[in-house]
Amino acid sequence: MNTVLKDHWSKLLEQAWLVPVLLLIGFGLAFAIPEYGWLNKYIQLVLMYIGINIILTVSLNLVNGYMGEFSLAHAGFMAVGAYTAALLTMKVLPVAAYPALFPLAVLAGGMVAAIMGLIVAVPSFKIRGDYLAIITLAFLMIVKSVIENIDYIGGPRGIPGIKRLTTLPWVFFWTVATVWMIRNFVYSKYGRGVLSIREDEIASDLMSVNTKRVKFLAFMLSSFCAGVAGALFAHLLQFISPRVFDIIKTTDVLIMVYLGGIASIGGSILGATVYTALMELLRPSTMAALLDWLPELIFDPLNHYIIQNLGVWRMVIMPLLLVLVMLYWPRGMMGQREFRGFIPRRDREAHRRLNDLGEKP
Amino acid sequence: MSEGIVYWLQQILNALQLGSIYALIALGYTMVYGILTMINFAHGDVFMVGAFFCFLAATYLGLPFAPTLLLTMIGAALVGVLLERLAYKPLRNAPRVSAIITALGLGLFLENFTLALAPYPKHIPPLLENVSWDLGGVSLSSLQVIIIFLSLGLMFLLDYVVHRTPVGMAMRAISWDKTFVPLMGVPVDLIISVTFAIGAGLAGAAGTMYALAYPVIDPYMGIMVGWKAFISAVIGGIGNIRGAMIGAFILGGVEIMVTAFFPSTYRDFVAFTLLLLLIVVRPYGILGQPRTQKV
Repeated sequence: MNTVLKDHWSKLLEQAWLVPVLLLIGFGLAFAIPEYGWLNKYIQLVLMYIGINIILTVSLNLVNGYMGEFSLAHAGFMAVGAYTAALLTMKVLPVAAYPALFPLAVLAGGMVAAIMGLIVAVPSFKIRGDYLAIITLAFLMIVKSVIENIDYIGGPRGIPGIKRLTTLPWVFFWTVATVWMIRNFVYSKYGRGVLSIREDEIASDLMSVNTKRVKFLAFMLSSFCAGVAGALFAHLLQFISPRVFDIIKTTDVLIMVYLGGIASIGGSILGATVYTALMELLRPSTMAALLDWLPELIFDPLNHYIIQNLGVWRMVIMPLLLVLVMLYWPRGMMGQREFRGFIPRRDREAHRRLNDLGEKP
Repeated sequence: MSEGIVYWLQQILNALQLGSIYALIALGYTMVYGILTMINFAHGDVFMVGAFFCFLAATYLGLPFAPTLLLTMIGAALVGVLLERLAYKPLRNAPRVSAIITALGLGLFLENFTLALAPYPKHIPPLLENVSWDLGGVSLSSLQVIIIFLSLGLMFLLDYVVHRTPVGMAMRAISWDKTFVPLMGVPVDLIISVTFAIGAGLAGAAGTMYALAYPVIDPYMGIMVGWKAFISAVIGGIGNIRGAMIGAFILGGVEIMVTAFFPSTYRDFVAFTLLLLLIVVRPYGILGQPRTQKV
């Protein structure tokens, strides 16, 4: 029985129509949920956060997981994208009259972030490991500090009153676009270059991999996606300030990457979804609603204490989770493994054989 | 004295005070890097924990300055050893990146844990009677004198320990070679723990002095100060103890100069740009030796 089921399942996965149909269903749901109010506003918001976090996680996984570099600048790229897009929709583009111009702002945010990605890519030619981590962190701090010192964009006070243009269909669209781009990049000729840089940069250089070009492309693609996520984030939160994009934001994304597992797109999607949902679950208001639901389970004073103090304690749980994952679960949910659907048809057989041998692809 | 000279003497004095606090923290970064080639990103938060220990000892135990300092140093050293034993030791043979991420996570954990226990900024009671002297226009407080001389004393003590005692010799040996030194009967684990304890203890001392100089403390105070100390260590050549001391005074001087000429918000920008340029141009710092990577 089990083998029959497995057989059907793998046949289903091989069908060429599967992905377009799933995407259509997804788009249909993304339009229908806000239109008909199928889920309440809060859950819709969480869904959008999950989408944005998937974009961030998958794109950081390209640099930190597939390429094996260590970048901490993701929140910096996000800030660049967010500020660019927010300034465009507030000062330049007439989005009030034409909301359809919003994707232009998102695209511009991504592009400016990609240019910033070039700046970080250059030092990575010579410097690796912890020193690159420091450089990317210095970049993040400099971005924050520059934003804080420009009065035109609000300085440390940030920009309030951004229009809420991010909707569920847009988040879905950009999430799919990001996953599609990064998946295609990873399984392209350049993607093999990315993997070879992770295994041994000098050797891959000798094997005529153009490591500089590969690094440029990987950093640009990764920071582009981070910029897109920042633009979406700004138009969802409706307020941005330099403090939103600090090292804690990068740590958030790092947790999602390592929880999901490095060098795995499916893992990143899982990691972002699980982590975001968990963190939302630990919010005092959510917990209060849940505990209201199950009043008998926990006695009242404890109940009360949890709701009063959860906001702080979830900030304690978050980094602790990261440390525990690093110590006891270094592979994460899907480290170095992949859902078969994400692997191109031509590579599946090779991946299956490697998996049977118990080696990483 | 002319007004210009008085102004600059005052600035130099401020730079010395800032530099000595940076130096005490930078030593912890540089010692751990020297022995494990690992950047302990949680070190700035050990400094913060030290300041909170100082608050506890001074407020709840009502201790005077010297016992407070001692207790703070011991407490911070314990925290440092605990971090090393529980988190860094299991990762010693894991990929280098795991240790960095763990350190970042531990730093955040210390910050938020302290925040959960102490939600509001705390005031440190004045432990020392602060006397100000006027030396021809330059004002010098007894607190400044104590901070500068105590830090210098601790630095000389550390320099003596590292260069003249068996423990220091073992530390230098481990940073030189990790394969054969254990075969010579050097207890590597113990020496690494001692290194963490000394580094954290110095950070605790820095926390006490910082808390006395700027008596309002909060859980996030360690981030920026920790980063500045780290930049100091890089300036001097990370892994090099004397370099860290020199780097700290250089960075203290640069920061005071920046605030003298520009708005004070440019301070962080200048410090991090300095770090970026330094790593690209001269990653081994002033006193460090360039290491070539062998294929």
